[in-house]
Amino acid sequence: MNESPIIEPSFLLGRFTLEAIPYHEPILVVTFIVVALGGLAVLGALTYFRLWGYLWREWFTSVDHKKIGIMYMVLGIIMLLRGFADAIMMRAQQALAFGGSEGYLPSHHYDQIFTAHGVIMIFFVAMPMVTGLMNFVVPLQIGARDVSFPFLNNFSFWMTVSGAVLVMSSLFVGEFAKTGWLAYPPLSGIGYSPYVGVDYYIWALQIAGVGTLLSGVNLICTIVKMRAPGMTMMKMPIFTWTALCTNVLIVAAFPVLTAVLALLAADRYLGFNFFTNDFGGNPMMYVNLIWIWGHPEVYILILPAFGIFSEVTSTFAGKRLFGYTSMVYATVVITILSYLVWLHHFFTMGSGASVNSFFGITTMIISIPTGAKMFNWLFTMYRGRIRFELPMMYTIAFMLTFVIGGMTGVLLAVPPADFVLHNSLFLVAHFHNVIIGGVLFGLFAGIAFWWPKAFGFTLDPFWGKLSFWFWVTGFYFAFMPLYVLGLMGVTRRLRVFDDPSLHIWFIIAAFGAFLIACGIACFLIQIAVSIARRERLRDTTGDPWNARTLEWATSSPPPAYNFAFTPVVHDLDAWWDMKQRGYSRPLAGFKPIHMPRNSGTGPILAGLSFVLGFALIWYIWWLAALAFVALIVTVIAHTFNYNRDFDIPAAEVTRAEEARTALLAQTARVTA
Amino acid sequence: MPLRRIKLIAWLPLALALGGCNFVVLDPTGDIAAQQRDLLLVSTLLMLLIILPVMGLTIFFAWKYRASNTAAPYDPEWSHSTQMELIIWSAPLLIIICLGALTWMGTHLLDPYRPLDRLSAEEPVPDGVTPLDVEVVALDWKWLFIYPEQGIATVNDLAAPVGRPLRFRITASSVMNAFYVPTLAGMIYAMPSMRTELHAVANSPVDSRGFSSNYSGAGFSQMYFRFRALPEADFQNWVAEAKASDAPLTRAAYLDLERPSENVPVRRYSTVDATLFDAILNLCVEPGKMCMSDMMAIDAKGGLGLESVGNVLPLTYDKHARRGTVFGGAPSYVVGICTPEELSTALTLSAGAPAGARSAEPVRGAGLPFRTLTLPTSASPLVPISLPASGALAGPRRPSNS
Repeated sequence: MNESPIIEPSFLLGRFTLEAIPYHEPILVVTFIVVALGGLAVLGALTYFRLWGYLWREWFTSVDHKKIGIMYMVLGIIMLLRGFADAIMMRAQQALAFGGSEGYLPSHHYDQIFTAHGVIMIFFVAMPMVTGLMNFVVPLQIGARDVSFPFLNNFSFWMTVSGAVLVMSSLFVGEFAKTGWLAYPPLSGIGYSPYVGVDYYIWALQIAGVGTLLSGVNLICTIVKMRAPGMTMMKMPIFTWTALCTNVLIVAAFPVLTAVLALLAADRYLGFNFFTNDFGGNPMMYVNLIWIWGHPEVYILILPAFGIFSEVTSTFAGKRLFGYTSMVYATVVITILSYLVWLHHFFTMGSGASVNSFFGITTMIISIPTGAKMFNWLFTMYRGRIRFELPMMYTIAFMLTFVIGGMTGVLLAVPPADFVLHNSLFLVAHFHNVIIGGVLFGLFAGIAFWWPKAFGFTLDPFWGKLSFWFWVTGFYFAFMPLYVLGLMGVTRRLRVFDDPSLHIWFIIAAFGAFLIACGIACFLIQIAVSIARRERLRDTTGDPWNARTLEWATSSPPPAYNFAFTPVVHDLDAWWDMKQRGYSRPLAGFKPIHMPRNSGTGPILAGLSFVLGFALIWYIWWLAALAFVALIVTVIAHTFNYNRDFDIPAAEVTRAEEARTALLAQTARVTA
Repeated sequence: MPLRRIKLIAWLPLALALGGCNFVVLDPTGDIAAQQRDLLLVSTLLMLLIILPVMGLTIFFAWKYRASNTAAPYDPEWSHSTQMELIIWSAPLLIIICLGALTWMGTHLLDPYRPLDRLSAEEPVPDGVTPLDVEVVALDWKWLFIYPEQGIATVNDLAAPVGRPLRFRITASSVMNAFYVPTLAGMIYAMPSMRTELHAVANSPVDSRGFSSNYSGAGFSQMYFRFRALPEADFQNWVAEAKASDAPLTRAAYLDLERPSENVPVRRYSTVDATLFDAILNLCVEPGKMCMSDMMAIDAKGGLGLESVGNVLPLTYDKHARRGTVFGGAPSYVVGICTPEELSTALTLSAGAPAGARSAEPVRGAGLPFRTLTLPTSASPLVPISLPASGALAGPRRPSNS
């Protein structure tokens, strides 16, 4: 299918016809066969080992923030594979399409790939992984037993999954948007994108957006209301601070995205004209609105990464974080300023020089608190005892890489410089520099750091370090050439080239992407190897890194209730403080613990949302109506479920805590 | 440090390949682009003042305070120093103050809407030299350049005389693009029903390339054009060549050209409908469409009440692109409050009104009678648009509909 078909919708199937299945595109057919076989193998294995009941009871319906956090990470890693497959296809296309060659991807396919790559990497890789880490870590760090609204947490997760599944299904049913990841109108309007692609984009993001927003509300509430006694705001761990700021950003920014996508949907579905060329519509409004969400989104991703680096640096330097207070203020300043810079994404749209200068300068001002943070990490290392475990290695790589990205970012904030570099591969190199060098390295540092907390054994260091070196060198090989190409005036999203002098750079970039592929493979092998060798990598202490914050005070993995007794906080770095003062665990006097009960409503609602989204995309109105009614009925039915909580009996708590006591005593004997 | 070595390796191919590369952004021929390049380099140097020490310190501290180096001091509780805090906040602040000042000045001096006051650092614009107007239309997926002064137009071929200021007025026919000639000046978006401006000058002869730098759909990759800066005599030859092509760019020809096409070869037009650019900008090239500027003028006076229902269809402009809407096919509207005869007249009317034939009757403001379609007489053929010449337009300077 080289062109989108024009279809008169039928009642029963809407726009859906057999033509929508891309059986004539060999790449997609092969992908489908591989995915289908892989999927069948997984489903078969789950059935064979009778894991369905276990998964449903213990994971899918779980309201435990730890399990939900882990499921977010799994989602992020799976989607990383899809997003990266898109990336390597783009790199291959751009490396091949020289000297009159069209490459192997027609524009119909290539344009979907770069759109999907951006959408997936931001919304379904970075966001779930950031949310997953916050979900897992924050309640433990503040000494809470769960988040404020455990059911909502489960529901949020499944809505994100629902959006991800919708994006994935566009691969085999219909097509995805061919508009670039922000779907600027008029190109994304019904006039110029008449088929289902942009509708997949809209509904996937709307459904996932519900999850993101609710999870933001949930975490703000959790951090504000559920901190352990004694933990004042200025005694909160820095990761919790960044999580708080990120979730404030989420709650303030995501409604803008929801609104702008709703307006675009009104244009496409109802013949409104918010963003059309005619009827007084104005596409420039869309560009403004989407970036009013889009720029805070960048900080939504990077702030938690900053938090992770802060925890990692002070832990592995064995030292208090330098300048905690200025770190907190820097975070808050970044949070506020991130709303005052959106226009730097379109200096070239013709605003006046004063408007452009204002937004250019506010953008530069953000680099001041960011620079202060950089120095804070630097001086945390100063006079420390730095252990170069994997998380610390990622932190050093981040510090060296991120400053380059920060520098090119400030460069792009100078409007006249932006006029020559905007939309070029220099820009692409810049934001990959900060997102890979900042967010992704942060996430990998966080995974390696908290993995033992989640599973009770550390990650295998050999494969981790191999993955690290592949990622870091791969990043430099893949993106430094793009800076060069940008200075040669090469624009992003091009499919074919005819200037042979550019060729070498695209080949180097493709080689970099190959190195990153090795990095991802090593990361997956690392996980597999670590699981296989888990007995040898076992951590029985609950504190393998000699760390500082409360999550390390409990066992690894933590019991469902996190803490048998809510800890009392006296100092920043509460667990370090407790260790210094010779804290002894309470060994008796356990009470029953009140906990929320699992619920299957979350996955059911998300499933119905998927059906609703799918029906809306394909104009199957009866199904959309049905799914919508079912959604409402399920929500109402759920409100009549009063069986929402239970008590973990004191005996069970005692049993779990005594098992830990025995384990700790055994460890002490072995080490002694 | 292994990391440092890795980075050196990463930069190695750069050093090797540098010779063969054309860093057009760093080595432009136009004065504006050169000033933009200068700002880029100065900003980079300013930031390196702080970036390099940070990178150096990172590596140094990581090495010096490694766990195995027990000789290095270890101070686990040291976490605050007011002097340090002062330095780490004020050092970036100072850099940003310098950079901010540079930005403020540079942005105002290099505002693409600002008429040039110099040809180069040494040479101000001589008295009496007026800029050469070029009207630029981004089409799916090619570029149309209209030279009102010369009365010619070209597709995918832009030429400019060396040393004369250029004033581009830029719009698009359907979706967003960006007009970018790296060797000449920075880019600016080309947007449908919006007009952006760019002032630049070519300082030496060059044969280069411009392109769209904002993704606009399937044919985007081939949406580039040849840009040449020519000495005056050669430029005149180039104009003469176009004039000799004997292909007029009428409205009908434009509507044909406007259809999406990829990999379009250079075309030249000997004459151009003088009102074409404004008609494109106001979405009223097709006969029978009401110009947005007219509509805005009417609305500014409070609209026309019931009569304005008739305006609805003429404003619908998405044409060929308007397919497959929610209920299938094009949405239906009131066509207009007029007789079928009037309508068919409008539709069959040739758009080939002689260039320059304009109605003297003012449309914007004054009285605002609803312009119904009337049969043309041989003396005054119907001209679907009657706007003052774009140069004479008052109103907002920024992306505007008029």
